[in-house]
Amino acid sequence: MASLTLKRKNRGSKAVKEQQKIAYLFVFPYVLMFTVFIIIPVVAAIYLSFTYFDTVRAPIWVGFDNYINILTNDDVFMQYVIPNTLKYAIIVGPGGYILSFLLAWMLAQLAPKLRTLFALIIYSPSLTSGVTMAVLWRVIFAGDNSGYLNSVLLNLGVIIEPIIWLQSKEFLLTIMIVVTLWSSMGVGFLAMLAGILSVNTELYEAGYIDGIKNKFQEMIYITIPSIKPQMLFGAVMAIVGTFSASGIGVALSGSNPTPQYAGQLIVNHIEYYGFNKYEMGYAAALSVILLMVVYYFSRISFKLFGSKDE
Amino acid sequence: MRKHKFQGTKINPSKFHVSQIRYILILIPISMFMLLPLIYIFNHAFKPLEELFYYPPRFFVRNFTFSNFVRLFQVTGSSGIPMSRYLFNSIIVTILVLVTSVVISTLAGYALSKLNFKGKKVINEINTLALMFVGIAVTIPRYLVIEKLGLIDNFFIHVLPYLAVPVGLFLIKQFIDQIPNELLDAARVDGANEFQIYQKIVLPLIKPAIATIVILSFQTIWNSADTSTTYINNDALKTFAFYMNTLTANTNGVAGQGMAAAASLIMFVPNLLIFVIMQSKVMDTMAHSGIK
Repeated sequence: MASLTLKRKNRGSKAVKEQQKIAYLFVFPYVLMFTVFIIIPVVAAIYLSFTYFDTVRAPIWVGFDNYINILTNDDVFMQYVIPNTLKYAIIVGPGGYILSFLLAWMLAQLAPKLRTLFALIIYSPSLTSGVTMAVLWRVIFAGDNSGYLNSVLLNLGVIIEPIIWLQSKEFLLTIMIVVTLWSSMGVGFLAMLAGILSVNTELYEAGYIDGIKNKFQEMIYITIPSIKPQMLFGAVMAIVGTFSASGIGVALSGSNPTPQYAGQLIVNHIEYYGFNKYEMGYAAALSVILLMVVYYFSRISFKLFGSKDE
Repeated sequence: MRKHKFQGTKINPSKFHVSQIRYILILIPISMFMLLPLIYIFNHAFKPLEELFYYPPRFFVRNFTFSNFVRLFQVTGSSGIPMSRYLFNSIIVTILVLVTSVVISTLAGYALSKLNFKGKKVINEINTLALMFVGIAVTIPRYLVIEKLGLIDNFFIHVLPYLAVPVGLFLIKQFIDQIPNELLDAARVDGANEFQIYQKIVLPLIKPAIATIVILSFQTIWNSADTSTTYINNDALKTFAFYMNTLTANTNGVAGQGMAAAASLIMFVPNLLIFVIMQSKVMDTMAHSGIK
């Protein structure tokens, strides 16, 4: 090893410079695409959020007006969007995350063949996309007798009249949550499963000698601390997935805004202002708020599971 | 005795043990819930017209038929463009994205993991930050950028935004981190240049990670209707996922449901097949996925 570093030093700074040049060449395409399609849009969103912009005339600087209006003048935002988004995000985010960890943990207790079968079944819904599956949900939750759910409930005598599920104030948000949870066992779930399987079994043996008594203690004191990096990756994926999938209400009900704002989430609110009302500055301010919320939740995950003390 | 008990209930067991039954009992109903909608799609897609009209609705197909698929292929949109055109567009877009994004992210992953250059730390940190990026939050500014670049109605707009995927680069880089530096140094001493090292040593060693990002990209691209909806006005350039959407939105009739189910199946089955074929490689990559 020592001789190797010596050799590299002898090759001198020319080789180092050469390597730098190649390195820049290698990262250039990625950095270019990343800048154009991620960094510039984010910066543009921040800039536009301080302007009034109707896409026809040039943006007019309005300072914090958009943010102030969101917080003080937007009744729909305060009355429907925030409560809906909170309820949806808490159940699908942390709820879905805990669920996917528990499922991964249970799968890890099984022998390989059975485990692979169950893992495949649990993962496969995440291979579908919310929009393509909307077709299916619309039949299951159809509002007349021919809907599967209505038909089953009518037969069982639970309900007397069919319920118009996807247009109803009471049920739309719940259906959105169930549908999203159904398809949320994705990359994060696989990462946690792989993490649990890679924990050194000697750790458990040592743990039992040190007085661990049951599976629950084993999970809390050995498994979770051993797979913190995967737990963190899973948490970030859960947060991003939760907000990315949140357009589902519009796909299910077929309209934006959703009936009586029952399934209106912040993502729908952004698109409504941007593409229906052409108030781009206002929509951009909403986008910035959304990005900050996602960032804030991710920071909490980093605090919980991160190894660096930041 | 205690040792024996531990062996029976340990994590990652090699074979079946009675103590596993309790987990299986919990997992079976959950799996049923996960599987039911998929089984339904399969059945609905192969139902003949009269079975779609049954009341009360029947879950399982009786007389298996391909007629929904046949009608799906015969139908042309209001714009007179046959379905096969959309399918063709989707296939081309998917292939272009997969090939290009693998090349771009493995090159970048190698440089960010193993080469020394100024700015490396910053790029790595920004990319980790970008894992938290929610694309739909910036749909509108992204639209403005793309409009400024003159890429509206350009076929390549299906491809370009999907080439920089922070999660993909992250997984690739984590995987390359596992390759010992000594191996690369030895090759350098033997006179290999960086591109040869990338091509002859790194690429073969990171096949599992490549398989993983292929699956993830495939899922995103194949299922994505957003690009067609937002950036493309020319119907001839739109994709199959988009066509699926219009089919769902415009056909509320029962006959349309069968076609829509058939189309859902065409969307879903390739995803499933690719994952089943590559699943062991994915698990291998995921073990290195942690954020440290």
